[in-house]
Order: sequence, then structure tokens, then C-alpha cells
Amino acid sequence: MLTDRRKWFIKGLKDGVPIMLGYFAVSIALGIAAKNAGMTATQATVASALIMASAGQYIGFTLIAAGASLVEVIVMEAIANARYLLMSTALSQKVDPALPLRHRMLMGLWITDEIFGVSVSVKGRLNPYYNYGMAAVATPGWALGTLTGVVLGNVLPVRVVSALSVGLYGMFMSIFVPPARKNPVIAGLVIVSFALSWAFNALPWFEAISSGMKIIILTVSISLVAALAFPVDGKEDHHAA
Amino acid sequence: MRHNVYLYILGMWGVTYLIRVLPLTLIRREIANKTIRSFLFYVPYVTLAVMTFPAILSATQTPVSAALALVAGLAMAWFGLSLFQVSVLCCVVVFVVELLM
Repeated sequence: MLTDRRKWFIKGLKDGVPIMLGYFAVSIALGIAAKNAGMTATQATVASALIMASAGQYIGFTLIAAGASLVEVIVMEAIANARYLLMSTALSQKVDPALPLRHRMLMGLWITDEIFGVSVSVKGRLNPYYNYGMAAVATPGWALGTLTGVVLGNVLPVRVVSALSVGLYGMFMSIFVPPARKNPVIAGLVIVSFALSWAFNALPWFEAISSGMKIIILTVSISLVAALAFPVDGKEDHHAA
Repeated sequence: MRHNVYLYILGMWGVTYLIRVLPLTLIRREIANKTIRSFLFYVPYVTLAVMTFPAILSATQTPVSAALALVAGLAMAWFGLSLFQVSVLCCVVVFVVELLM
């Protein structure tokens, strides 16, 4: 049991490295945004270490700078981050049903797009120590990147930041492509998701919808249609989600 | 307002944490409904695909380098390269392409 925890934690540390690198790059931009919003390096770093949500933090910082009320910020934060409800629900089915409450409460701290994506891709039941391992390296990446952005955002070579920024998408691809190769339904869903996501971003009718809301609307509608058209039976769902 | 910033940060953190932790703590058993199970099975793939495209195209200095990284990343993942390899090589593609452009 103990060795199992240790094994998953170490695997998490290892798989957390690309997340850390990507986070570092992406959060530099966040740090610059925080600085422009008038936040200090300490405030921005504390916010990143706690919240770990890119779009949510951008929106929060922007609203703080605009002098919005606490209630307004909290409401917008809830809308921007509502997709985590879906991810948390998916994780609730991925962990051992007997997993104690304290582990569920700890895991909840670090449900980010990337940690979620990697943790659902493990075969079988998810061991919370895997998430803890990833969080242990990813969180400093996010917080230190933000700090770097505030302190020397304009000094770093743009080309380096640009190259690092794409790493997170590389990670996403390595999560959804292999199952798509095995399962034609998933392959079709990826193509449909790309197309509809592009349409949602390109068409002027949807301009008013925030990017967080777009992700939720598309995820819920596409997954629901897929669930009705191609229901998954039996044990299959434990292996991937 | 400056002295209130930590209160805002705390508020942002609190609401985000509730969203993240509630389903995981409240749903303590396996959902039996086949449609919901199937829905949750598809959610990760759909949401990751939706977040990848077209957002990747605006992540770099020019859409061209990002598009090449996208194609390279899809191909590398298809042929079974690891998460770390795909992630790092996508960065390398962008760096080299932008260097040459």
C-alpha cells in the first residue's frame, strides 16, 4: 500500500514536469497581466499558488483593476471556472468509491485542465498520490512563472516564451490522440470538437460568450450527443475515464 | 482598494475550490445510469480537444508555427510518443520555425 502511494507520487512528479514547464511559460503572461492590473509580485504569486486557473485569474485580475466589487469578481470567477464541475464529476467516477473524504478534498485543490487531463488518462482507478505528485511540481511552475512575469516579463526573449506556450497543447494532444487511434468514436468526436470549437470562435454570433463558457457549452453538448448516440457499455469506461 | 486585494484573492480561491471539490466529495458512489456514464467517458476527450483548437493558433507569435506544432503533435501522439516527448517536441517545432521565419 505504501509502496503503491510512493510509486504513484513519483510517477506524478515525473509526469508533472511537462506541466510545470508549460505552466511556467503560460503564467509569465499572467504575471504581466497582474502587473498591468496594479498587483504586487507577492499578491500575484500568492494568487497563482492558490487559484491555479489561467482564464479565471485573468478575469479576476482585470476586474480587480477595474474596481469591481467582491461579489462581481466571485460571480465571474464561478462562470469562468465552471468547467471544473465537469472535471470533478468525471474524477469522482475515476477514483475508488471508498476513497476517504480527506483525499477527495485534497485532490480538489489541484483540478486544473492539465492535471485533470493527465490523471484521467491512467488505466483503471486513479490513485490520489498521482495527482499530489503532479501538483507538487506543477504548482511551483505556475507560481514562479507568474512571479517572473511580474518581475521581468518584458526582459525574457519573446521567442522562448512563444515556444514554451505551445507545450501544454502538446500535452493535451498526447492525451486525446492515442485513444482516438483505438476508438473511432473518439476520433470522430475530436474532429467534431475541433470544427465546432473553431466555429464558435470564428463566428460573430458567439463573441459575447466568454471562453470558459464556450468550453462548457461545447463539452456538454458534444459529449451528451455522443453519449446518446454511442453509449459506452460495461467496464470500458474505467480504462479511460 | 489596494489593501483589499488579498480579500479578492481569497474570494476567487474560495469559489474556485468549491467548484472543484463539490462533485468529487458529494458523488461518493458509481453512477449507474448508462447515459451519464457514457457522457462522463467522453467529457475528457471532448473538453481537451475543444481547448486545443483553435486556441493553439493564437498561443505563439505566429499562427504558422503553432499550426505546424499542431500537425506535428497530432502525428507524434498518433505514433505513440510519450506525453513529455510530444510536449517538448512541439515547443522545439515552434522555436525552430520562428527562428527560420
